[in-house]
Amino acid sequence: MSPAAKSLNPVPIKERMKLPRQTMLEQPALLRARNFKEVNLGYSEDLARAEAQRCLECAKPVCIKDCPVGVKVKEFVQLIVAGDYLAAAAKIREDNVLPAITGRVCPQEDHCEGGCLMGKKVQPVGIGYLERFVADYEQKHMDHSAIRRVPPTGKKVAIVGSGPSCLTAAGDLVQKGHQVRVFEALHELGGVLVYGIPEFRLPKQIIREQIDYMRQMGVEFETNVVVGKTITIDELMQEEGYDAVFIGTGAGAPQFMGIPGEHLNGVYSANEFLTRINLMHAYEFPKFDEPMLDFRGQNVAVIGGGNTALDAIRSAQRLGAGKAYVLYRRSEAEMPARKEEVKHAKEEGIEFHMLTAPVEFLSDGKGWLTGVRSMRMQLGDPDASGRRRPVPIEGSEFEIPLSVAVIAIGTSANPLIQSTTPGLATNKRNYIEANPETQRTSRKGVFAGGDIVTGSATVILAMGAGRRAAKSIHEYLTTGTWHQSTHL
Amino acid sequence: MFKILHAEFIAPGIKRFVIDAPRIARKQRPGQFVILRIYEEGERIPITIEKSEPAHGTISIVVQSVGKTTHLLNALETGDSIRDVVGPLGNPSEIKKFGSVVVIGGGVGTAMAYPTAAALKTAGNRVISIIGARTRELVILETEMRGVSDEVQVTTDDGSYAEKGFVTDKLRALIQAGKQIDLVLAIGPIPMMRAVAEVTGKVNIRTIVSLNPIMIDGTGMCGGCRVLVDGKSEFACVDGPEFDASRINFDVLVQRNAMYRAAEQKSLEEFQRERDALLAKVHVEQACALQGGGR
Repeated sequence: MSPAAKSLNPVPIKERMKLPRQTMLEQPALLRARNFKEVNLGYSEDLARAEAQRCLECAKPVCIKDCPVGVKVKEFVQLIVAGDYLAAAAKIREDNVLPAITGRVCPQEDHCEGGCLMGKKVQPVGIGYLERFVADYEQKHMDHSAIRRVPPTGKKVAIVGSGPSCLTAAGDLVQKGHQVRVFEALHELGGVLVYGIPEFRLPKQIIREQIDYMRQMGVEFETNVVVGKTITIDELMQEEGYDAVFIGTGAGAPQFMGIPGEHLNGVYSANEFLTRINLMHAYEFPKFDEPMLDFRGQNVAVIGGGNTALDAIRSAQRLGAGKAYVLYRRSEAEMPARKEEVKHAKEEGIEFHMLTAPVEFLSDGKGWLTGVRSMRMQLGDPDASGRRRPVPIEGSEFEIPLSVAVIAIGTSANPLIQSTTPGLATNKRNYIEANPETQRTSRKGVFAGGDIVTGSATVILAMGAGRRAAKSIHEYLTTGTWHQSTHL
Repeated sequence: MFKILHAEFIAPGIKRFVIDAPRIARKQRPGQFVILRIYEEGERIPITIEKSEPAHGTISIVVQSVGKTTHLLNALETGDSIRDVVGPLGNPSEIKKFGSVVVIGGGVGTAMAYPTAAALKTAGNRVISIIGARTRELVILETEMRGVSDEVQVTTDDGSYAEKGFVTDKLRALIQAGKQIDLVLAIGPIPMMRAVAEVTGKVNIRTIVSLNPIMIDGTGMCGGCRVLVDGKSEFACVDGPEFDASRINFDVLVQRNAMYRAAEQKSLEEFQRERDALLAKVHVEQACALQGGGR
């Protein structure tokens, strides 16, 4: 049966290929660059249906294959065409418990939209925008009292952390009837979604709604528990009776560059800068108690080219920075950030200095940052990451005056759990070793996934790991067998 | 919400809280700290745990009013609650038989030095304690320190109690008298710890200080509490809070602690102006949480 035969789409295939992608409504750049409200405003029903009608309904949809959690994109898009948005949301939820979040922060160009056939002709179908639309529609219109709970299996699972891998694993496991309790070190749930991603890209309210939804599904949450300090993995299993544990604590520790002046007042790690703003609401000082340096009208630079770097510098812009710079040692083509974020940042007036690598932070002699000395780079041969290696250009040093510099060059493994869990195998960079298919660790009943296994990656990749872990945890809990292959 | 089972001032501006926190009480070791947040709009601050009673599920902390958060905390009473308390964080003090140990507590630092002094005594060390305070009323935990020390010396800056002078005067006297000292532990204001390090550095006595820089998460995630140790960044929250004093760059420590002075001053003035309104806000939050309205 050809997909077109049962299609509800009124637009003939040939016509669809001519349709332009529906534009996302957004706050005007100059306005949004001074507030923390969400940049994207969402699709209306009309826009969503018009966009959904662009889907070619491929017989072998690449979008589904390329999604780390396997969202049935074609089916949910067809349900939008049919106008049944709640059914579309339910369809996504079969594979993704956090659609309102992934619809906003997923790098769709690397996954579902990357291989979209429409992208080869015009522009890919706005799958992320559509996902966001149905998730928001569901939140407004669904009957939350109808969320059903599954009969209990009597098995208990502890989830360590409350970021994307953990929430995904918790959501999948509670739907299998297991008793699931999430332990979070901070006072707020959501992990990197809360402390890392700013309000203007992912409003906190969205995360709270998704977590409330999970609470209604039966997931229990406990904040202020640092596993490895407050309680160990072994104590969770032996003393609190957990049958399995999933570790999804994220990448953790910020990396510094090891250049002179990193201890100066005004130099931040991106983790600290963003945590102050997002988790602690420093942008609302003095209504909130956590302070931030007052850099209104002064120069701020971020060092790095990922989403974290852009989140930091766009936050600085919103706090009133005079000039806001991105310093990145490679060229724009190598920047790991989402394309939409780069576009938004440019529209907001962020200045990009590509092929630029800081060599020293400059001081006023009293411990305060006054600027950064950098070198220009050129691209040489490809390195281990497959990207062309930046090579310093001799004699190219130059200085930029700065009041604040934010270092966003990545993270390294936080050792809290590894060092307190005997027998838990780690790799040479101290990330936890886990089987890439089952997420099993070297310890029976203990699973791990997300950045604490892979190093810094994306929300959706962490969710994929959470999903695989939930599947194999369920298998382990129901069969009791622990297939331990030689390499995990 | 973490219930305050008992709160009382033990000196002007210095209050002891006994808090219901069973998970922390069970794991706490001397030298570790908690991070707490009083209410929804509050900041997170680290405070060393004075002691814990695992059987009762309680920990106690001793807090001196300095900025807005500590002033607000010290306005809370028995029966109130603290929104978030997390811990025990940081590495425990190294406890073993060193031989003869001098434990120095400056001001409220005495409460933080006390649990380690007690553990060092139990481990078979000879413990000489030196307690310093600005003035008579601010000498705290003298009785407790006497209970775990072989010898206790007290100094006040103004001479209103015991001997006039600084803890370093007593330390220098011990060294000059040729007393065997295998380890010095100093906890108190940065200038005091720095002065102690200068005295012991000259005669190569191993000296441990407990640092309390500005922190947020306390788990090694943000890097805000970094201190310059032998020229390299270490995090006080996970690599400390205790460090070998001879390796610490005190200038950087002082400079980083001053980073938010302007904002801190503004917050403190706000507290002084709106103390009652702030307390009312905290009480409303507590009442909501009791009714299950908390998140």
